[in-house]
Amino acid sequence: MIEFRNISKIFKNENRTIEALKNINLTIEKGDIFGVIGFSGAGKSTLIRMVNLLEKPTSGQILVDGQDLSKLSEKELRQAKKNIGMIFQQFNLLGSKTVFDNVAMPLKLSKTPKSVIAKRVHELLNFVGLSDKANSYPNQLSGGQKQRVGIARALATNPSILLCDEPTSALDPQTTTSILQLLKRVNQKYNVTILIITHEMEVIKQICDRVAVMQDGEIIEEGTILDIFSNPKTETARNFVHSVLRDEIPPSIFNMIQSSDTFSKIYNIEFIGESSGKPILSQVAKSFAVDVNILFGSINELQGVPFGNLIVELQGEKEEISRAYDFIVQQKVIVNEVIRNGS
Amino acid sequence: MEVSPELILQACWETLYMVSVSLVFGSLIGLPLGILLVVTRKGHILENTFIFSVLNPIVNILRSIPFIILLVAIIPFTRFLVGTAIGTTAAIVPLVLHIGPYMSRLIENSLLEVDKGIIESAQAMGATPLQIIFCFLLPEALPSIVLSITTATIGLIGATAMAGAVGGGGLGDLAITYGYQRFSTITIVVTVVILVLLVQVIQSLGNFIERKMRKM
Repeated sequence: MIEFRNISKIFKNENRTIEALKNINLTIEKGDIFGVIGFSGAGKSTLIRMVNLLEKPTSGQILVDGQDLSKLSEKELRQAKKNIGMIFQQFNLLGSKTVFDNVAMPLKLSKTPKSVIAKRVHELLNFVGLSDKANSYPNQLSGGQKQRVGIARALATNPSILLCDEPTSALDPQTTTSILQLLKRVNQKYNVTILIITHEMEVIKQICDRVAVMQDGEIIEEGTILDIFSNPKTETARNFVHSVLRDEIPPSIFNMIQSSDTFSKIYNIEFIGESSGKPILSQVAKSFAVDVNILFGSINELQGVPFGNLIVELQGEKEEISRAYDFIVQQKVIVNEVIRNGS
Repeated sequence: MEVSPELILQACWETLYMVSVSLVFGSLIGLPLGILLVVTRKGHILENTFIFSVLNPIVNILRSIPFIILLVAIIPFTRFLVGTAIGTTAAIVPLVLHIGPYMSRLIENSLLEVDKGIIESAQAMGATPLQIIFCFLLPEALPSIVLSITTATIGLIGATAMAGAVGGGGLGDLAITYGYQRFSTITIVVTVVILVLLVQVIQSLGNFIERKMRKM
């Protein structure tokens, strides 16, 4: 468990001060995959570095498993860091050492016997799927493979927390997915709490349980990803959600319905969970004298919960449409009328 | 009067002797000094304004004294250290004092090339400052350090030519005393050719080792 309590961080330059973090309060429960999303400069890199004290807070407290790291001696802190693994956007592997030696490094630093190291490293390389690369050098690996080595290295000392600093930002979408799947396996198999910072909503969507949205050093929104995706409250959160879930009528379709002259209304229907499985629209078409025209639709799965939206046009008599609307509202879905002059 | 092959051979040995011994002692000064100049600077792993602001100007001062001046300026110190102020061994003292600070700057540059992310990952692993230096910084900078040492070695060969001023001997001295002062063009040509070859061999060797290391 990681707790941020009233964390502030101020960077002082010769002539200006920057408030990188403003009174952050955040709790990350054990076993969670917690995502922090924000644009660059939002303070998320500073935030993640507070957990292992690579950056020290100007004020406030950070508790890792109930322990305030800033109260520890240098030696105790080094010991505590072995419980917190970290991976990086640029991987930060040693180019002068083999994959094996890179993964072995954290164990060598704590003077682990060689036979134990060899066993553990092979186990880890096997876990990340790089058993055949033990004697390769990082230069000979692809970006995804390098991140796998990074993950193996971070896990070497059996940490209970894994910090991920933009782990997929240097990778292509396909590799991103495979790395995220690996992180999910790390979370499930070793019960490691994962804190991941990113500017890609796709990352949050694929693996996070909870998410915090950061802007200008503040957490402006926090919740389960279903909360944030289905009901983003701030403009920034909405923009991030829209970057992966499109819920606007494509312009070409919009032009088409603009020019038709039958009476109709357009609704955006959002489905969450079990309502996604119901044949609502076909019931509408059967029970009311309306034609249903689906303009746009998408279904996603967030943490195993289906979540999606449909933009539909109901054509027919005004009264029939309003009766159909009342019926849809009763089906535990969120319905909004889409205004014609925009979205 | 022509120079004999024996004299040339002896001069070669004197040059190699001065270069190699100065290189060893110069490295013993330059390497730790270079490391200190990096790790004590602001924001680094052993930030120490006092040590940095003392070492930095000392290195600058030593670097700014022309070698020929340094050579004679420290004669009392040389006499105190090796018992004499003239001869090949005596020339080594100013050579070391000349090349040590020079090397510290080269090593400093090599170490500063190491990506900050490497240090950050080491700190995240809970490495001690000494572990960061020896397990992360130095291994990562090694290919670049090899090139730095190569440059320093070639700089030393140039400096040994001036060592003739204190009777240090060597190829440079031979070229001046026999070639220039006794008008023996052939001596100048021969010594220059030997020096050019020597520099070529050392540079190629340095490049070769560096490339071997980087291929990893």
